[in-house]
Parts: sequence; structure tokens; C-alpha cells
Amino acid sequence: MHLPLVDDRPRPQSLTDLFISFTLLALQGFGGVLAVVQHELVEKKRWMTREEFVEEWAVAQIMPGPNVVNLSLIIGSRYFGLPGALAALAGMLTVPLLVVLLLTMTYAQFSSHPGVAGALRGMGAVAAGLITAAGLRLLSTLKTHPLGLPISIALVLACFIAIALFRLPLAYVLPGLGLVAYVLTYRRLKP
Amino acid sequence: MNGSFAIALQWSDWAQLFVQYLSLSLLSIGGAISTAPEMHRYLVAEQGWLSDAQFNASIAIAQAAPGPNVLFVALMGWHVGLNAGGMAMGLFGVLVTMVGILLPSTTLTYLTVQWGHRNRELRAVRAFKQGMAPIVIALLLATGWVLASANSHFDTEWRLWLLTVLAALVIWLTRLHLLWLLAAGALLGWLGLV
Repeated sequence: MHLPLVDDRPRPQSLTDLFISFTLLALQGFGGVLAVVQHELVEKKRWMTREEFVEEWAVAQIMPGPNVVNLSLIIGSRYFGLPGALAALAGMLTVPLLVVLLLTMTYAQFSSHPGVAGALRGMGAVAAGLITAAGLRLLSTLKTHPLGLPISIALVLACFIAIALFRLPLAYVLPGLGLVAYVLTYRRLKP
Repeated sequence: MNGSFAIALQWSDWAQLFVQYLSLSLLSIGGAISTAPEMHRYLVAEQGWLSDAQFNASIAIAQAAPGPNVLFVALMGWHVGLNAGGMAMGLFGVLVTMVGILLPSTTLTYLTVQWGHRNRELRAVRAFKQGMAPIVIALLLATGWVLASANSHFDTEWRLWLLTVLAALVIWLTRLHLLWLLAAGALLGWLGLV
């Protein structure tokens, strides 16, 4: 599956490039890989625009399976079809899997160390900030949204309040608000 | 490993485990972690293949380590294999659970994306991809909020909140590498400053 890409846009050079890129992304992802994927692939490597990222992320999120795993598969397949999907997927999983297995074997020694517990707490707080920043950045894509800024922002607020403040299950909020957003957008788009 | 014990697994048990994960895969909307309660029911309560300590350690380690959180599934397979007879079985357990949890969902995602790409001019496809944008962005913001508010005692943990807010602002407004911030967070935590 090859998208008609603009010629001068940066893109992964090869399957090896995809594998290594996703390995490095995954290894930076403490407390969630998504913020790293957004930061590295969109803001730094510029393989995709913020708008494209949001669109692919929507698909990755709505399909069953781990979201960042789906996202790596989608991005890999965009450039090199099925081999690209597999290369990105393997990059996302192989080395991190070895790392967690090694950590598991030494878990008993380090889990009770107060410094380690503190470091994990500090990194957790930073990770919360990273994911928030990714969301704040992507808000800029709503300026060109077919629904217009006021309605898009209203949907953002409704979804945020439902999940973050009322802690409603994703299984209700995603189909519920998703359907509203879909129908509203459908009516705005030209057939 | 704390809480490990010996169990005997037949090939039919491994096959059953595989099928269990195959079916959980298609239920894991919003991430594999949403099926963790079902995994606990099956592995710990019903089959007794995994201890509570091993179950919790699998999730805790995968969340603390770099990489996708779905690796907690691999660690569950690893622990089941260890209980059944050592490291080689542990690796086999990783294979069984990871292929099980990923094969159906990735296949479905791949086929759906191919279909969506072939039909990308369709109004329904465009409406879905663009229409979901506000929802998806809100989910990112909500995730950040939920993670931060795990530190719920604001009077004693305000420094963690401050760290979260500062990290968000720095990443939003500058191009600093993410690893610097994570390292700073780790250092502050190690020194007991947050």
C-alpha cells in the first residue's frame, strides 16, 4: 500500500530504517510510546503531518489490539506494504521484549530499592506531561477541521470530561461520542 | 521470582491458553490492558497457572520498562512457562501468549487499513478519519490527566504535579529531546525531590 507521497517529503529509506526507527522509538517510550511516536515521526523526522498522524491514530485507536502496535503497523504499511508493516511491528516489539525479560529476571533485587521507586515515580510524572503535550500540539490540527473550531473544541471538552473527570469507560465514550463526531463530520463533507 | 511454583502443563493446556489469547485479542479495544481483568480470572483464579504476585509483577514491570505496555502479556506467558518447567518453557510461553494476543487484532487492523486506503475517497471513510480527530486528541489529554492524577494527594504530591505541568510545557513549546526530560524526572525521583 503506497500512498502518493509528495516527492520531497522525508520518508523511511528501507525496511531496516523502519525497523531501527521503531526500535529506538519503543526504547524511549517510558510510560507510553505514543508521545514519542508523535514527537519523533511528526515533529522531528517529518514522515507525516500532524493531520495525517491524527487520522492514523484514530484508526489505530478504534481497532482492537494495542494502539501503538496498530499504529506502527499502519505507518509501516504506508511506505512498504505488508513487509513494512511487519518491519515496524518487529521493531516495536523485539528489543523491548528482551529488555522486559531481563528486567523480570532481576526484578526481585531492584523493586524494593527506594531510589528506583522514586525514579519510576519521577518518570511517571514526566510521562504524563509528555502525553499531554502531544495532545496540546495536535489541537492545532483542529483549525482546519471540517466541523470548524468551536464544534471541534466542544467535542474535545466533552470527551475529556467524560474520560478524565467522570472516568466513564472508554467502551461507552469512544463509540458514543465517536458516532456523534462521525455523523456531524459526514454531513459537512461534500459527497 | 517471588510467588513462583511448579505446575504441569499438557499440550492441550498450551493450546487452550493460545485460544484464550486469540479470543481476547479481538476484545482488546482501547489496548490489551483492558482485558487484564479477564486474564487474571483465567490464569490466576480459574487455571491456577500464575500466582497473584507474578500477575502483578508482569503488569508493573511492563509499565515501568520502555516499550509498548502490551509486553505485560509476554511476561504472563513467561511466568506461566517458568512455573511449567524453566526458561525454555518460559520463552515458549512468551511465543504462545504474544502471537495469540497480536495475530487476530493486527490481521484485522491491516485488512481494515488496506480497505480504507482503497476507498479513501469514500465520504464515509473521510468522515471517519477526520471526524474522529477531536475525540482522539481528547483521549490523549485525558490519558495525561489520568496518569498524573494517580498522584491524588495534592497537598503532599504537588511537586509531582508541577513536574508533569513543566514537562508538558517544555515539550509543547520547545524541541528538547524527550529523553532529557525523562532522565530529569528519574533523577529528581531518585534523589527524593519529587
